[in-house]
Amino acid sequence: MKEGADLRNEREFPSGSSGQGVGARLPRKEDDRLMRGRGQYVADIRLAGLHDVAFVRSPLAHARIRGIHVPEHHRGSVFTAADLVGIKPIRAVSGLPGFKISEQPVLATGKVRQVGELVAMCLAPTRAEAEDIAASVTLDLEELPAITDMLKAREPGSALVHEHWGDNVFLETNYEVDISAAFDAPIKVTREISTARQCMSPLEGRGVVATFDRRLDQLTLHSAAQMPHITRSGLAECLDMEEGRIRVISPDVGGGFGHKGILLPEEVCLSWLTMQRGHPVRWIEDRREHLVASSNCREHHYKITLYADRDGTLRGIDCEATVDSGAYSSYPFSACLEAAQVASILPGPYKMPAYRCRTFSVATNKCPILPYRGVARTGVCFALELMLDLVAAEAGLEPGEVRLRNLVLPEQMPFDNITRKHFDSGDYPEAMRRALAAIDIDSIRVRQREGEADGRRIGVGISIYCEQAAHGTSVYAGWGIPMVPGHEQASARLTPDGGLELRVGVHSHGQGLETTLAQVAHEMLGIDVAKIRIILGDTAMTPYSTGTWGSRSMVMAGGAVATACRELGERARRIGAKLLQHDPAAVVLQNGEVRGVNGSVSLKAIAHTWYRRPQDLPADVDPGGLEVTQGYKPVRDSGTFSYAAHAALVAVDPDLGEVEILDYVIVEDGGVLVNPLVVDGQIYGGLAQGIGTALYEEMPFDASGQPLATTLADYLLPGPTEVPAARLDHMETPSPYTQFGVKGIGEGGAIAPPAAIANAVNDALRPLGVEMMQSPITPHRVVAAVLAARAAERSAA
Amino acid sequence: MKPAPFSYERPRDLDAALSMLAASTGSAKIIAGGQSLGPMLNLRLVQPELIVDISGLAELKRAEVSGGELVLGALVTHADIEDGRTADVTRGAMRAVAANIAYRAVRNRGTIGGSLSHADPAADWVSALAALGARVTLRSLTGARTMAIQAFVVGALESALRAGEIVEAVHVPTRTVSSHWGYAKSCRKTGEFAHAIGAVLVDPAAASARVVIGAIDTTPIVVTDAAELFGGRIAADYKQRFDVSVADALLTKAGIDDAAQRHIHVSVLKRAVLEAAA
Repeated sequence: MKEGADLRNEREFPSGSSGQGVGARLPRKEDDRLMRGRGQYVADIRLAGLHDVAFVRSPLAHARIRGIHVPEHHRGSVFTAADLVGIKPIRAVSGLPGFKISEQPVLATGKVRQVGELVAMCLAPTRAEAEDIAASVTLDLEELPAITDMLKAREPGSALVHEHWGDNVFLETNYEVDISAAFDAPIKVTREISTARQCMSPLEGRGVVATFDRRLDQLTLHSAAQMPHITRSGLAECLDMEEGRIRVISPDVGGGFGHKGILLPEEVCLSWLTMQRGHPVRWIEDRREHLVASSNCREHHYKITLYADRDGTLRGIDCEATVDSGAYSSYPFSACLEAAQVASILPGPYKMPAYRCRTFSVATNKCPILPYRGVARTGVCFALELMLDLVAAEAGLEPGEVRLRNLVLPEQMPFDNITRKHFDSGDYPEAMRRALAAIDIDSIRVRQREGEADGRRIGVGISIYCEQAAHGTSVYAGWGIPMVPGHEQASARLTPDGGLELRVGVHSHGQGLETTLAQVAHEMLGIDVAKIRIILGDTAMTPYSTGTWGSRSMVMAGGAVATACRELGERARRIGAKLLQHDPAAVVLQNGEVRGVNGSVSLKAIAHTWYRRPQDLPADVDPGGLEVTQGYKPVRDSGTFSYAAHAALVAVDPDLGEVEILDYVIVEDGGVLVNPLVVDGQIYGGLAQGIGTALYEEMPFDASGQPLATTLADYLLPGPTEVPAARLDHMETPSPYTQFGVKGIGEGGAIAPPAAIANAVNDALRPLGVEMMQSPITPHRVVAAVLAARAAERSAA
Repeated sequence: MKPAPFSYERPRDLDAALSMLAASTGSAKIIAGGQSLGPMLNLRLVQPELIVDISGLAELKRAEVSGGELVLGALVTHADIEDGRTADVTRGAMRAVAANIAYRAVRNRGTIGGSLSHADPAADWVSALAALGARVTLRSLTGARTMAIQAFVVGALESALRAGEIVEAVHVPTRTVSSHWGYAKSCRKTGEFAHAIGAVLVDPAAASARVVIGAIDTTPIVVTDAAELFGGRIAADYKQRFDVSVADALLTKAGIDDAAQRHIHVSVLKRAVLEAAA
């Protein structure tokens, strides 16, 4: 759709009384399969002659490879970089000026730069035997100083991850608007704030089954991936093959969250291996590989100053942000997306007159960092919202009051903020007011004054964010990374018996797209969702797409499905008019039928006629038929802005450091919700991950770069007993730019909880002089802070 | 994450098991519930040549009261105790401890003998049974020996078991009517290993107290005559007399340099004392 074309918020094809269209709380179609254990994941694929791969991985964070010794009897089953002739390293280059390029060899050459880096590939009939072979391979490594602290890595004289760079900085960015105008503000608060390195933890890890089809002259790679078409493009580059000779199939995928959004060296290795050996090969990521080797996320550090007036009005932010990007730039998002995004979104949902942000994407001897659900927003929201509470404390105001004073107002929408983000629509203050009312902040203040019988301290915390989703061409073209989303396409095909097949290039790994895209099609065509099949996750079956990331699938693929169905409906309507012997202008498509004054004809009958009884069609029928591929972009491609206010009530035990969440409220606005039930699920899941960030999840490293949380006994994820039953409230402000007014909502739940929970803990402990500025808030950190505050009080006394 | 190759035997009686262990020239490991050994095998942290699966040994599943004590065979599961399928001489103390070990799935398979043999300092039985004054019988082809729990656990993941020896039974003395029991632990989340355990068995009438500070990096601190923690004497007012500084000093002596860690341990122990006195 072109800029300036009609906005399409109104429902052009009402879904009638079927209760299946846009807005219906329809149970998920795919759950019948998934909840009965009948899903088909990569590890479920069985192919004749399948062999397993285990990798020899670097035990050291940083070392020069002097030799790889393979026992004589295993030669022929072990492959190293020397064998992979013609295979190119993975390169994810950003076009941002000054970006330094890393080349990630798919099997290490010369140096290893992280624990877990692939050094050799071992092949055997079973994984256990492959691991036996891997255990027999010995590495002769010359250990080099490990770079584990991103702040020290920036200092001159640091050891270098990539020697030829001369420093360890992938990219430095600077953004400044009028910062000096803020310097005379009466309130100035400065802190250092950090978020721990985390692991994305989908239930299913990565996995690859590769095979080569000689008849089609085609490599088929089954991979647990969010973005099969992008995987194919990346593979084609590394393997130097035509894209048409590669088919990527991503079957059922058990959660993505970003972890499945990169091209893996394992995917390249197994592709090469199956073509060498002529039989299928498989590698299934185990949880240790998952935690240690593949990708981490979230490790941010902020040195941040907020300027404000006495009444809480924000005057400006001055920040230096550092992101630990790990050893290599991942394909396609690159090593700089996270930090560069920090600079562009740090001002949050607020009016901000002055702003400066300097960012550093730093290379270290850790595995690459990837954008995890919420990407940089979780860290940004944590930093900014903790700072706003400090401004409130300094000004002697309620935290809610400071937010309400500074949030962009509904009458200002659409609003271009200080970093030129275009907030499309919404009522941010209303979300905040509802959250404050729902958590009942006034009663909590009374209860706090009374104290708790069990000796714990209670606190309330709030946070609010807005989230750019469904970023379009104009946004990503600026990053200059290997992937820029354009028009999203969908194919719609009416089957001879009146069913509908939809082919889309995005993927569903828990999002419920097999249901929600069917609802969109139902809205347009009136076909029963039970008769609508969604075909996903196969480059041979679906139109090209950048895939599922950035809360984009409902906006983009939903829009594409609606567009394709609209055209399909139009063609069916014209055929129906001929069958009814009507002027096309005199018939409408409604509830799956074409209706005119003398009667109606069903889509099923129209399809039957087109496919099976073409002799009944008039000679001048539109030859286009009942299969349509259409592309879609929102009227503006600068992204939708969903938003949410979170409020948490916690009880903190100052002696044990334990934090219990007593109540949790989320007020969110994702525009028009195609399926509010699915959105509820997205938000609950995001909340669980946000609680993980706030209280549990951390991947620590020792000074030699060894990751210390190598099993789920050490890497703690919240479980059912740690996630409270949150109370949700939906607002619904349509986006003016998208089909149906939908906004991207998938990531939001994971963004605000760390800030809300940390603010609640700080609210509880502030009278003790304690301030937690680091995630996760562990018992040990709480108790250490309480003891330090007591000691400070004693020495002051 | 697959184990290295090993041989596997599942003997039908204890003598056969002991013979297999004695005959094994290389490294052998006993498996019962496999709740700790399973992951260690998969991570290749242990690579035994032989695994002797004792889950078929009926003589290790017995639980009976005799001579004023409860004798629990090594294969009694945590769930057996939790559900009351075994007799109890601890006035509910063991049942309550069992009910909070890890997750139910672990409790269904995990055994009391296996837990002790694994000697994880954070395991509940290691601390709770030491506080209850329990003993353990070890058997080999050449005979049996019995020792106190605190003597059996000699370090982190290190027990007094010798090659060819197996935990046969746990002996739990009958808890007196006048005694008070308190058990507290702090876990990052439900079902995880504790990072602090406090267990106290106080008998004001007998002026005696046993105190255990567990889930430290090494063997639990077991104080069998705990008067020093209560201002030098055990009496009805022991709750008021509990001296956190003595507990803190014990932890410092045990090598715990981190003040926050010590504070958490002392606070957990204090909870156990309060629970006992409640």
